[in-house]
Amino acid sequence: MNKSPDASNLDSVFNLSERSKLGEMLRSQEFWIVVAVLIIGAVVGMIAPRFLTSANMANILQNFCFTALMAIGMTPVIMTGGIDISVGSTLGLTGVLLGLFCASGYPFAVVVLFVLLVGAFVGIVNGALVSYLKLPPFIVTLGMMSLVRSQTLVVTNNQVVYDFGKAGDTLLALGSGSFLGVPNVLWAVIVSAVVMQWLLSMTKWGRYVRAIGGNENAARLSGIPVDRVKVSTYALLGAMTGMTAIFLVGWMGAATNALGQGQELQVIAATVIGGANLLGGFGTSFGAVIGSVLIEVIRNALLLAGVNPFWQGTFVGLFILFAVLLERFRSTRA
Amino acid sequence: MSLLELKNISRQFGAIHAVEDVSFQIEPGEIVGLMGDNGAGKSTLVKMIAGNFPASSGRMVFDGNEVQFNQPSDARRAGIEIVYQDLALCDNLSAAANVFLGREIMRSVGPFKFLDHRKMRERAAELFRELQSETRPRDVVKRMSGGQRQAVAIARTRLADAKLVLMDEPTAAISVRQVAEVLALIKRLKERGVAVILISHRMPDVFGVCERIMVLRRGHLVANKLASTSSPEEITALIVGAKAAA
Repeated sequence: MNKSPDASNLDSVFNLSERSKLGEMLRSQEFWIVVAVLIIGAVVGMIAPRFLTSANMANILQNFCFTALMAIGMTPVIMTGGIDISVGSTLGLTGVLLGLFCASGYPFAVVVLFVLLVGAFVGIVNGALVSYLKLPPFIVTLGMMSLVRSQTLVVTNNQVVYDFGKAGDTLLALGSGSFLGVPNVLWAVIVSAVVMQWLLSMTKWGRYVRAIGGNENAARLSGIPVDRVKVSTYALLGAMTGMTAIFLVGWMGAATNALGQGQELQVIAATVIGGANLLGGFGTSFGAVIGSVLIEVIRNALLLAGVNPFWQGTFVGLFILFAVLLERFRSTRA
Repeated sequence: MSLLELKNISRQFGAIHAVEDVSFQIEPGEIVGLMGDNGAGKSTLVKMIAGNFPASSGRMVFDGNEVQFNQPSDARRAGIEIVYQDLALCDNLSAAANVFLGREIMRSVGPFKFLDHRKMRERAAELFRELQSETRPRDVVKRMSGGQRQAVAIARTRLADAKLVLMDEPTAAISVRQVAEVLALIKRLKERGVAVILISHRMPDVFGVCERIMVLRRGHLVANKLASTSSPEEITALIVGAKAAA
C-alpha cells in the first residue's frame, strides 16, 4: 500500500469515535423513556402506595407483554418506512382460529404452527401489496384490518370460543404459567427482543431493513432485494402477532371476536415512543419493549391513582407527541 | 488496448434520436470529461454504458470483450461502477455500512453467519486512507460534508475494484473547498489505474482533472480532443453549437 505522508495522521482520525458511550446513551430515546417510566413510577408510588407492591409490579409485567411482543414485530416494519395497522385484526383472527382448532381436536403443536402460518400469511399479503404493487402501506393494511376483522366474525359466527378441548390444557398452562418465577409470556418478550435486536444489528437482513428505511432507492441500486426484505418484515410481524394470540388467549381462557380491537394503535404508539421513526431507518426492539412498558405503566398508574380511566388516552397521546418532539430535538441537534 | 470502445452506438426513444452514431475509446487510467448541454444525450450515453438500458444499435467492447449489458448488475460485474449524482447513500447508516452495502463481509460462527462490523470498518478505513480522505468509517453519513459523501461513494467503487467509474456531476452541489477534495479523489482513482468518465457542467473542474474532453450536442459526438489542445472557450462554443465540430 502506498503510504502517503499524512497517513498516520489519517489513522488517528479514523480511530476517533464520534461520541462517547455515555453521550450515545444520553441521546437515545430509549434512555429517556426509561427515565420517564421511573419518574412516573416514583410519583405514582407516593400518591398510591399500592402501585409499588410486588403484586402490582407482577401485574404490569404480565400486561405489557402482549403489546410488547407485537411492537417488537412492528419495529422492522416501521424501520423500512412501512406501517401495519391490521395487527389488531390479525390478533383477533389468529386468536379465534386458535380456539376453533384446539376445539377440533388437533394436537397443540399443530395448532401453534397453523396459527403462526395464518399470521405470517396475512403479513405476506400485506407485504406483497406494498412491495410489488407499490401501494401505500397505510391504505393496504387499513383494508386488511377491515377484511380480517370481518373474517373473524365470519368464522366464529359471532360466538365466543372458550371450549378448547384437549389441547386447551396445554394452551391455558402456557398462557398462565411461569418458568423460574417469570411468566412465560415475559420470557417470550425477552427472547424475542434479544433475537430481534441481534437480527437487526448483526445480520444482512437487519442491515437491509435499515438501509431500505434510510434510502430505498440506494438500497435497490446496491443490489439489495428490497421487495423480498419488505415482505419478510410484514410476514414476521404477522407470525409474531399469531404468537401473541397464543399467549393472550391462553391467559384469558377465551377468544372473543373483538380480541385485539384497537390494539394496533397501542402497538404503533409503543414502537414510536421507543424511538422507531415512522419515516424509516431507525428503531430498536428494546425501544419497542420500553415503549410498551410506558403505556402499561400509564394505564395502571392512572387506575391506581383513582384518575378517571377516560383520561388514559390523553396521557398516551401526550407521550406520543412528546416522543415525536424528542425525536425531532435529537435529530436537529445531532 | 483500450479499456472501453464504443462503435457507432445509437439510441432512439420512439422518434427521438437521443444518441446517434457515437464512437470513442477510453484507455485504462484515463480521465475523460463528457460535456454537453441539457438534453444533449450525456445521461443516455452513460446509462447505456452502465447497463440501465441497451443501445438501439452499435457495438461496445469492454476490457477486450464485446459486451451487451441488459441491467446495471451486468455492467457492475464487468467492472463498471457508477457514482450517481444524488450519491445513492443511506443517510442513516455509517460510512463503513454504506461502502459495504449489498456486499457485506460476514463472519461465521458454527452454522451462524453475521456481519463482521470490525473487518468492514478496517477495510473502509483502508479505502479512505488510500483516497486520503478524512472520512471516519463509524460516522453516520447524514452528518457528513459533500466531499466526505463523495469519498464514501467513490470508496464503494474501489471496493468493487472497478476498472471504469462513471461520475455524474460529482461537483454540482458542494462547496468550493469540497470541489477540490473531490477532484483530488478523482486523481487518486487514476493513480490506481482506474479510468473515469466525468460528466460535468463545470468547465474549471473538467479542465482541472481531465486529459481528454468529449462534447455531445443533440446526440452527436462533436468533439473528442485532448484538454491540452483545447480551451474552455472552444468547448463552450462546441456545446452551444457556435462551433460545429473539432
